[in-house]
Amino acid sequence: MAALLEVENLRTHFATRNGVVRAVDGLSFHVDAGETVAIVGESGCGKSVTSLSILRLVDQPPARIAGQIRFGGRNLAALGEAEMRDLRGNEIGMIFQEPMTSLNPLLTIGRQIAEPVMLHQGLDRVAARARALEMLTLVGIPAPERRLDDYPHQLSGGMRQRAMIAMALACNPKILVADEPTTALDVTIQAQIIDLMRDLQRRTGSAIILITHDLGVVAEMAARVVVMYAGRKVEEADVATIFTDPRHPYTRGLLGAVPRPGSRGTNTRLAEIPGSVPSLIKPLVGCAFAGRCPKAGDICRRAAPAWREVGPGHGAACHFAAGAA
Amino acid sequence: MSTTLLDVRDLVKHYPVGGGLFGRRAETVHAVDGVSFGVDAGETLAIVGESGCGKSTVGKVVLGLAPPTAGRVSFGGTDYADIGAADMKRVRRRLQVVFQDPFSSMNPRMKVRDIVAEPLENFGVIDGRSAITDRVRDLLVRVGLPADALNRFPHEFSGGQRQRICIARALAPGADLIVCDEAVSALDVSVKAQIVNLLLDLQAEYGLALLFISHDIAVVEHMAHRVAVMYLGKIMEIGDRDVLFAQPAHPYTRALLSAVPVPDPAVRRGRAALAGDLPSPIDPPRGCRFHTRCPLAFDRCRVDEPALRAVGSGRLAACHLDQPADA
Amino acid sequence: MTATAPDGEGFAIAPDLPPLIAEPPRRGRVATFVRRHPTIVLGAALLGLMVLIAVCAPWLGTGDPQALSPAKRIRAPSAEFWFGTDSLGRDVYSRVIYGARTSLLVGIVVALAATVAGVAVGLVSGFVRWLDPIVMRVIDGLMAIPSVLIAIALLGIARGSVVNVIVAITLAEFPRVARLVRGVVLSLREQPYVDAALACGSGGGRIMLRHILPNALDPIIVQATYIGASAVIAEAVLSFIGVGTPPTVPSWGNIMAEGRALWQVKPYIVFFPAVFLCITVLGVNLLGDGLRDMLDPRVAKRA
Repeated sequence: MAALLEVENLRTHFATRNGVVRAVDGLSFHVDAGETVAIVGESGCGKSVTSLSILRLVDQPPARIAGQIRFGGRNLAALGEAEMRDLRGNEIGMIFQEPMTSLNPLLTIGRQIAEPVMLHQGLDRVAARARALEMLTLVGIPAPERRLDDYPHQLSGGMRQRAMIAMALACNPKILVADEPTTALDVTIQAQIIDLMRDLQRRTGSAIILITHDLGVVAEMAARVVVMYAGRKVEEADVATIFTDPRHPYTRGLLGAVPRPGSRGTNTRLAEIPGSVPSLIKPLVGCAFAGRCPKAGDICRRAAPAWREVGPGHGAACHFAAGAA
Repeated sequence: MSTTLLDVRDLVKHYPVGGGLFGRRAETVHAVDGVSFGVDAGETLAIVGESGCGKSTVGKVVLGLAPPTAGRVSFGGTDYADIGAADMKRVRRRLQVVFQDPFSSMNPRMKVRDIVAEPLENFGVIDGRSAITDRVRDLLVRVGLPADALNRFPHEFSGGQRQRICIARALAPGADLIVCDEAVSALDVSVKAQIVNLLLDLQAEYGLALLFISHDIAVVEHMAHRVAVMYLGKIMEIGDRDVLFAQPAHPYTRALLSAVPVPDPAVRRGRAALAGDLPSPIDPPRGCRFHTRCPLAFDRCRVDEPALRAVGSGRLAACHLDQPADA
Repeated sequence: MTATAPDGEGFAIAPDLPPLIAEPPRRGRVATFVRRHPTIVLGAALLGLMVLIAVCAPWLGTGDPQALSPAKRIRAPSAEFWFGTDSLGRDVYSRVIYGARTSLLVGIVVALAATVAGVAVGLVSGFVRWLDPIVMRVIDGLMAIPSVLIAIALLGIARGSVVNVIVAITLAEFPRVARLVRGVVLSLREQPYVDAALACGSGGGRIMLRHILPNALDPIIVQATYIGASAVIAEAVLSFIGVGTPPTVPSWGNIMAEGRALWQVKPYIVFFPAVFLCITVLGVNLLGDGLRDMLDPRVAKRA
């Protein structure tokens, strides 16, 4: 079965005052229809740039995107801007972290949901408004008829995120790119939105690319996980394997650094990853993680590790990935 | 026998919003509405809650950065209401703070040496420029920074390193209690672990007490000795961490804990999902503040505000139900 | 050199490829600055030229700007009189060059005085809450009075002089600085580092001078340049309508005022001071825009 979205050797570089930042450098992954793939990593690992590159929402220049992004038989990286506009918000939906800045404060919620429907699906005003109402009901906004004519500032944070999701799903996208969709929300509201997204995915069958730093959200939502570090993929596996049998030292470090509910003990130290993320301006020699890795040997500082399959659908970019956990 | 370092009694803090010159009726944010707790020497009390629950306001009042509307705050037996500026300065020396955002909690125009030296100079801890510089260097090394950090500016450091500088500044005057206002919330996972470990090490080394204000429940569970759960300006439940996390007594505590996503796909917790949004602290609900979202609310909750009362195992909870956990 | 896996399996995840964008060539610091901030360089150059002219006025082939020669009235520009002569036979070139001294003096002194006064008032107003509404209403009142009216009032009290002009324009301009500084102070005092400084035992004075003022400097510097530019214009306007610099001191404004009557037949008397005025104001404004782009992070980020 062909994948819905296939990213191959994606490279996104930015020209900055201090030099060229290799934000994403040689990333490959795929997303099957109806599947949730999480891209996990810390700030600066390139996960958000990846999502923006897929949507082609990075300005070129100062950025440049290279590589293949195959979606529905087309290479998005080579598509014209007009064709790309046709895809965005139509076949590819988007949700961002901060709903307040992603919604237009001067337009009503109903209008903002209806607009892309009219544009992409050719519905007339009345039909589009009906669709907007249907979407608001679907995402569980109370009294949706009244909310249609509200402005974004009249909604609470959680309701705004629901409205964003309604907007993103209004055109029945095949794939939804969700960049930190719950990070700005309070924990009880986050739980509501996670439940909502899971439920909607079951009903609409759209695939999700979930960009997040929160391993808890990953565990609750994702089927497959791509771990990124310094603009590269360091490990990929299904969600159970990532949590039970991580092979890359960075993945292990991340998992160890998260305090787990139930594992209480004031005097136990968390497993920390020493040091900080390397600069992406200087070319990285060897493994990007070598400087912080407890297992790094000479080989790690000399040569970039190859991608190694360690199990079905499970791979890691580590010289020692084959070793037992 | 531990001694109570910080004692907060019936603290109320209201803020006016809106209003202005031409007499529009100003509204009041009920940020904190009658909160009492104590922090013992060497202990970590965590205050958890969602945005608008008033936890950061509690921190500000405790630090003497905002005067309470009503209620008393005392530190080391000294009541803030009874003392003048000179005595307040003595209190401040023992009471320091680490804020959430390491990017904005340091003056970008000052060198690291001067930032960490500021409390040393102000409180007259040590005299002499070179003696102060030596002490700053020691502090920086203690929190895990290179000694050459002295002559650099904050923007030259990563988020985690900046938070280390803020911790060095808080340690400098020899504080007994550090208010950590979301001190690790803005940090990346691996860096967060570094800072949590550092705080635990420093606590063990200097016998520091921490008032750990956070919405990050996993970190709180890891670090705190006791936990206070706040909702809309009120403490809903307060007690020892182990008991509170194992058997949360208040329906809100249970909902809050079960809402935290667990980083383990094998765990599929039955969620006590909370419907609805947080009500506004400008016009908090009558009766129990939680009744609008509480799955167990009954008639009395809508009119009668429950007081904090003992519910066993040294816990206090503000709920009308006798055995709310089992209901 | 390629990064092949040592055991020959798999493929390299980060192939040793050059960056997608060529690294910009390394330049010296001066060259980098010129490339990044051309407006600052151009503005500073124009302003520097004017300052140089004002300072070196006696050595630029000028004569006495006040010397009358009734016999040579209203001459067109020539080898003897580069910019011609006015209706009293004075050399317009000498007057314009010496006039630069007046204009720049007024511009610079007003910029400094208005900034110092505005910073003082703005800091206090932004920091002392109960004073704020009172000070701000006074400032609103001052802003409602145009500098022309203040200048006329001062002319009624004292004789016309450059000092009067400076006082009048400063009184009209400093409220703008005060408002700006107050706004910046109000936002800066909410910064966590101010709370942190309070917790570190710093008092109000130290916080104002060490924590707030240094961080408010960028917009103040930018505003000061704009005030300098508008002071140069204001001086010319006041002098032009006869309430500014006295006729005994040449300034671009009063040269133009004196040439006004002959504008239709002898436009050069107005033209030359006007050109100098425009170049000066353009230079200062370019400098201000450039500084704003360099210092204001919100604008700079887009660059």
